[in-house]
Amino acid sequence: MKRVLEGSHAVAEAVRLARIQVISAYPITPQTHIVEILSDYCASGKMNARFLRVESEHSCLAALIGAQSTGVRTFTATSSQGLALMHELLHWASGARLPIVMAEVNRALAPGWNIWTDQSDSLAQRDTGWMQFYCEDAQEVLDTMLMAYRLAEMVNLPAMVVLDAFFLSHTYEPVDVPEQEEVDRFLPAYVPEFRLDTAHPFALSPLVAPNAYMEMRREIAAAMDEALERLDSVEEKFAGIFGRRYGAVEAVCCDDADIVLVTSGTVTSTARILLEELRAKGEKIGILKIKLFRPFPVEAIRRALAGAKKIAVVDRNFSFGATGIFAQELRAALCNVPDHPPVFGFIAGLGGRDITTEVLASIVEQTKTADAPPAESIWIGLTEAAYAFGRP
Amino acid sequence: MHLDVLDQELMCSGHVGCPGCGATIAMRFFLKALGEKTVMVLPACCWSVIAGPYPQSTLKIPVIHSAFETGGATASGVRAALDMRGDKDTTVVTWAGDGGTFDIGFQALSGAVERNEDFIYVCYDNEAYMNTGIQRSSSTPYGAWTTTTPGTDWKRLRKKNIVEALVAHRIPYAATANIAFPEDLVRKARKAKSIKGSKFLHIFASCPTGWRIPSEMSIKIARMAVQTNIFPLYEVEDGVRYTINYKPREYLVREYFKLQGRFRHLTDQDLDAIQEMVNEDWQLLLRKAGEHA
Ligand SMILES: Cc1ncc(C[n+]2csc(CCOP(=O)(O)OP(=O)(O)O)c2C)c(N)n1
Ligand code: SF4
Ligand SMILES: [Mg+2]
Repeated sequence: MKRVLEGSHAVAEAVRLARIQVISAYPITPQTHIVEILSDYCASGKMNARFLRVESEHSCLAALIGAQSTGVRTFTATSSQGLALMHELLHWASGARLPIVMAEVNRALAPGWNIWTDQSDSLAQRDTGWMQFYCEDAQEVLDTMLMAYRLAEMVNLPAMVVLDAFFLSHTYEPVDVPEQEEVDRFLPAYVPEFRLDTAHPFALSPLVAPNAYMEMRREIAAAMDEALERLDSVEEKFAGIFGRRYGAVEAVCCDDADIVLVTSGTVTSTARILLEELRAKGEKIGILKIKLFRPFPVEAIRRALAGAKKIAVVDRNFSFGATGIFAQELRAALCNVPDHPPVFGFIAGLGGRDITTEVLASIVEQTKTADAPPAESIWIGLTEAAYAFGRP
Repeated sequence: MHLDVLDQELMCSGHVGCPGCGATIAMRFFLKALGEKTVMVLPACCWSVIAGPYPQSTLKIPVIHSAFETGGATASGVRAALDMRGDKDTTVVTWAGDGGTFDIGFQALSGAVERNEDFIYVCYDNEAYMNTGIQRSSSTPYGAWTTTTPGTDWKRLRKKNIVEALVAHRIPYAATANIAFPEDLVRKARKAKSIKGSKFLHIFASCPTGWRIPSEMSIKIARMAVQTNIFPLYEVEDGVRYTINYKPREYLVREYFKLQGRFRHLTDQDLDAIQEMVNEDWQLLLRKAGEHA
């Protein structure tokens, strides 16, 4: 049934439909709408779930690690400082091979306090062993949540479904909300591979000596690879029931493109508008939307960019002392491809600054006019005025 | 001495604790009292090691090892999931050291108790961070040497009164126990199991390695902690009803202190001052229990 929903509501609907049994969360803007609705669902009996109102994000994820280890499907949502506080337990969840799914609303990190969208929070967690999906609209959020559970439970790894603050979390859009019976067909009841059970006692996550630790890490790596392989069949099944699929990446008009804009999240929608405008003028622009960031879909990216002449990566994040993070990953994916196109790295929209079609047009223009990137990272739209405030 | 406990052993021999380790004795008696329908959350502490490395386990119950500061939270999740699975019989226990309880895990413990999660939180107290090599905690007593309170910089701060902190939460049941008083320990563990909501057991567990005592003195010194009124045995129901379980004072503080290497540097004057503190704390407890010296 089509309904008009916020991105946050789309998350909550997916959680209801996935029949989550234990939810735990701690409030942080802009994640709060998600947990408010879920609190209502639990209180009114619309969902048969326990909602643990813990005293911090750290305890939130610890509680879910306990719950998921006991054999139930779990959910949490957080942002920014909250995700950073969870860091230790993000590693724990993947190391313990628990398919916990989280909605992560991208928000900038303090200081200064900034509640607006920025990918630095989730990308700073890229090495924690969580799958990461970056969504473009509310429909994709709902659909990806359901697919994330399916995939996570197949490979026993946790997954983060990432959505931009406000541009996605607080924006209303028409969303096709599937029927419970359809979702049950796609996402069967959770059957854990192992769980705490007094009839079969064993120890989870004990001390592991150097003789076994490395093999366990290799298994996590293999599970990530397996997730990449299985995503296609999960999407296939999803498309069979719901008629929608997304791909690990989506290549738009890349085959003949002189310049491919590499995007993630809601910026992709803005890029689609620019693409239409520029193509109408005869400019050969393409878009590569990267949806799946972990595992990083190297082969799909190489294939999609095989014909591109120049690549312009839009990063709404920055790794200090290095570059934008999508650009880093993209360069790493291409470096062993002979004669690969030059990669231009652009930093835009940090702390919620709008990335308009004009911003993207200027990125395209700068890429077009230079033979090679003038710097590893080109910061777009910096103003003197902003600096002036801080000066005596 | 007759002990009314199951013959069943839920802790295997062959653990890797030090000889005379009070923490292992505490676990053995506690599990006899609780029985096999128990799930244990084990945050980082000496017991993370004692429980054995993968793929072995010293305990014959399901154990989930967890991050240092998450005892209260992990147990909340386990409880919630058991409830959702319709399992109301299994008891959830967190078994943590004093560092994991008084210090880094205090927030998660406070949160769980405020929510009145149905579980037993056990703190086995060896009065320092032993796993990492005898560093001070807020449970380390006044006067003690540790590797982070060395030489003349010995700890000049009082031990945090953790039971009173829990009592302030109006926790349904909080009690102290001691490895040298196994009947009392077993009774309290069973009582905790029978009560719904959050329960806290504070078990005094000597540590020969960290206290610089011979391993054969482990039980004697633990017993003296009660007999000096340094670690009184008492229980508190619903945050208000105090019962003191053991009263006679049989030793002076100095006799207890003189047996332990960790207190060797203290002068007679220091020991007199400590005796004063112990007397004062005891009077305070008597008043709370509505009793008089
Ligand atoms: C976040 C974090 N900080 C530090 C440590 C290191 N660490 C592990 S156990 C421990 C001390 C445990 O002390 P306590 O809880 O008193 O238990 P004990 O070892 O004395 O039995 C420390 C500091 C850790 N595992 N995690
Ligand atoms: S250091 Fe102390 S608490 Fe740890 S195992 Fe040895 S005796 Fe037991
Ligand atoms: Mg300790």
